[in-house]
Amino acid sequence: MPVTSLEDLKAIKEQALAQRAERRADARNDRSVSEIRPPTPKEVRVILARCGVIDPEDIRDYIAEDGYVALMKALTTMTPRQVIDEVLKSGLRGRGGAGFPAGKKWEFAAAQKSDVKYMICNADEGDPGAFMNRSVLENDPHSVLEGMIIAGYSFGAHQGYVYCRAEYPIAVQRVRLAINQARELGFLGKNILGTGFDFDIELRIGAGAFVCGEETALMASIEGRRGEPRPRPPFPAVAGLWGKPTIINNVETLANVGNIIRNGAEWFAQFGTEKSRGTKTFTLAGDVVRTGLIEVPLGITLGEVVYEIAGGIKDGKKFKAIQTGGPMGGCIPEHLLETPLDYESLGAVGSIMGSGGLVVMDEGTCMVDIARFFMDFIQDESCGKCVPCRIGTRRILEILERICAGEGEEGDIEQLERLSKYILAGSLCGLGQGAPNPILTTIKHFRDEYEAHIKEKRCPAKVCKKLIHYRILDTCPGCMVCARNCPSGAITGEKQKVHHIDPNLCQSCGICMSVCKFDAIVVE
Amino acid sequence: MRSSDWRTVPVAAALLPEADDPIASAEQRAQIDAIIAEHSVKPGSLMVILNEIQAQIGHISKPMQNYLAEKLHVPLKDVYGVVTFYSFFTMKPRGKHRIAFCLGTACYVGGAEMLIEKAQQILGVKLGETTPDKKFTLEPCRCLGACSQAPAVMIDNNLHGRNTPDRFITVLRKYEKIEHK
Repeated sequence: MPVTSLEDLKAIKEQALAQRAERRADARNDRSVSEIRPPTPKEVRVILARCGVIDPEDIRDYIAEDGYVALMKALTTMTPRQVIDEVLKSGLRGRGGAGFPAGKKWEFAAAQKSDVKYMICNADEGDPGAFMNRSVLENDPHSVLEGMIIAGYSFGAHQGYVYCRAEYPIAVQRVRLAINQARELGFLGKNILGTGFDFDIELRIGAGAFVCGEETALMASIEGRRGEPRPRPPFPAVAGLWGKPTIINNVETLANVGNIIRNGAEWFAQFGTEKSRGTKTFTLAGDVVRTGLIEVPLGITLGEVVYEIAGGIKDGKKFKAIQTGGPMGGCIPEHLLETPLDYESLGAVGSIMGSGGLVVMDEGTCMVDIARFFMDFIQDESCGKCVPCRIGTRRILEILERICAGEGEEGDIEQLERLSKYILAGSLCGLGQGAPNPILTTIKHFRDEYEAHIKEKRCPAKVCKKLIHYRILDTCPGCMVCARNCPSGAITGEKQKVHHIDPNLCQSCGICMSVCKFDAIVVE
Repeated sequence: MRSSDWRTVPVAAALLPEADDPIASAEQRAQIDAIIAEHSVKPGSLMVILNEIQAQIGHISKPMQNYLAEKLHVPLKDVYGVVTFYSFFTMKPRGKHRIAFCLGTACYVGGAEMLIEKAQQILGVKLGETTPDKKFTLEPCRCLGACSQAPAVMIDNNLHGRNTPDRFITVLRKYEKIEHK
């Protein structure tokens, strides 16, 4: 039965609340339970408020938490212009990383005269170390759909697409289910809520190309082509999918829309700073005590996140750097931990907000190796269209590989800086323009590590394989575990006798040290 | 020249199906036809169709690409271009189980490389290869978004988190019997 009034919604809500205890008994979302902890005092749960609380596979449970009330409010009591004004007033900025005001984008698209417009949800969350969009899609998919329908209403789109990456099979399945359930209740399709507004959503799945998170590449992919970015202007809001005005918003941006419409712009603007309003989800990964998903008001400092929310560095080690913004972000050292988490402040220290992945690294991380790791990623994911990005990133990777192998030369650092400048200036999309960030920030803050690799042929963090070797101490009890686990057969020794590593066979993989229960293996 | 029977169109030798190619099997060709029939009405259907074929058949060989190009009335280079652009599309068949090692930042820092070394040792093949018994294919993959469970591995569509080299064989044994010293 399609929903047509607030009374219908209330009836579903009461019924769902009554049945909730029963439904809770069969806990279907245990994957979310392990990931979403109860909030620490510094956290504010707005986007994540329903995650882990509702059954993501039942639309009635979303309605029980006042879901689709905002859609009802927007469609029955507000004009499209009023919706845009409310979002403008809230100060909501794009949560995909660039931070463009969402209301402004919609305003551009609304001004376009076209009978066909498209609304796209960018769920191609590719940054390694970021999984906040996956969590929202898996645990609260309807909040994203509701945001899309409201956005579509505001600028006159009747067709929406969710572009979700293929690496998230559970998210894909739940979004598909959510679309079907929303259609059954009349939130999607023709004449939504009896208001005469038509809007439908189709789910499209990516195929493992990181660059498709870039908006013009994403549209090319939906059109069934290679996901290569194109120059802007024209911006998608003017000429996007199949040449029609198109708005692309990130999952989290859209998940905020329902809350803004339901509670008002002032309510949303109470969180955050003057220029960066609202809350933002971040994922904490790496060498901290508590990893996982958090949601904080924008403007909180990095130090507060690392020490108060994440509980500091694990195993009593020392903090070295925090990496924000994924592979195109930067590494921020200890003396900048007072930096507030907002769009402008992160930009000022050479990093970006990105989609919100935070990777904390302790003293056991080699910053040259991390730069090499990111460049390996970017080089592999560069679509190849812009020459500076395609060839420049490969040249940078080659230099970094040389440095990590102990074959660095004088002048390498300067060459890296030069190449970075050219790539930044000569690339079309965010991937190329952000590619130099990890190189430039690590050189700026950890130049001594580069110099140790190049001049002394030494890896201070003992990570770079060619510059370290493993040795078994005389305290080895001869349990043979290391010998059994060595992938290259480099460890020999009899039972209950001290073992020995053959340096010619050893690949420095470190498995032996990780499996030794007696701390009898050291790295030098 | 267009033809309802694709076989009458002259094709280069590289595009002719081997005996074990899905195109050579009437049953699998019918499966491909059904996918095309279901999705080709959608705008931008090529990606959708390729995703479905990859999921149902397991790979997209050159003869299959040629077949698709004919059926969809698009140039073969467009199909080939899309297949080679996206890392999820493979031109060679995979093993029964796909083991994808997450190479995201957290998993990399958390020891994904060690895990790969160990898996290569257990199965005797390198990353990117399929075991001779066609049971497992080892592949690298982009961040699975399971960073708090690093290092993470996706086997088929199941996520396994917090793996260690010495316990990884027990994970693999959930899928197939493995003889190992």
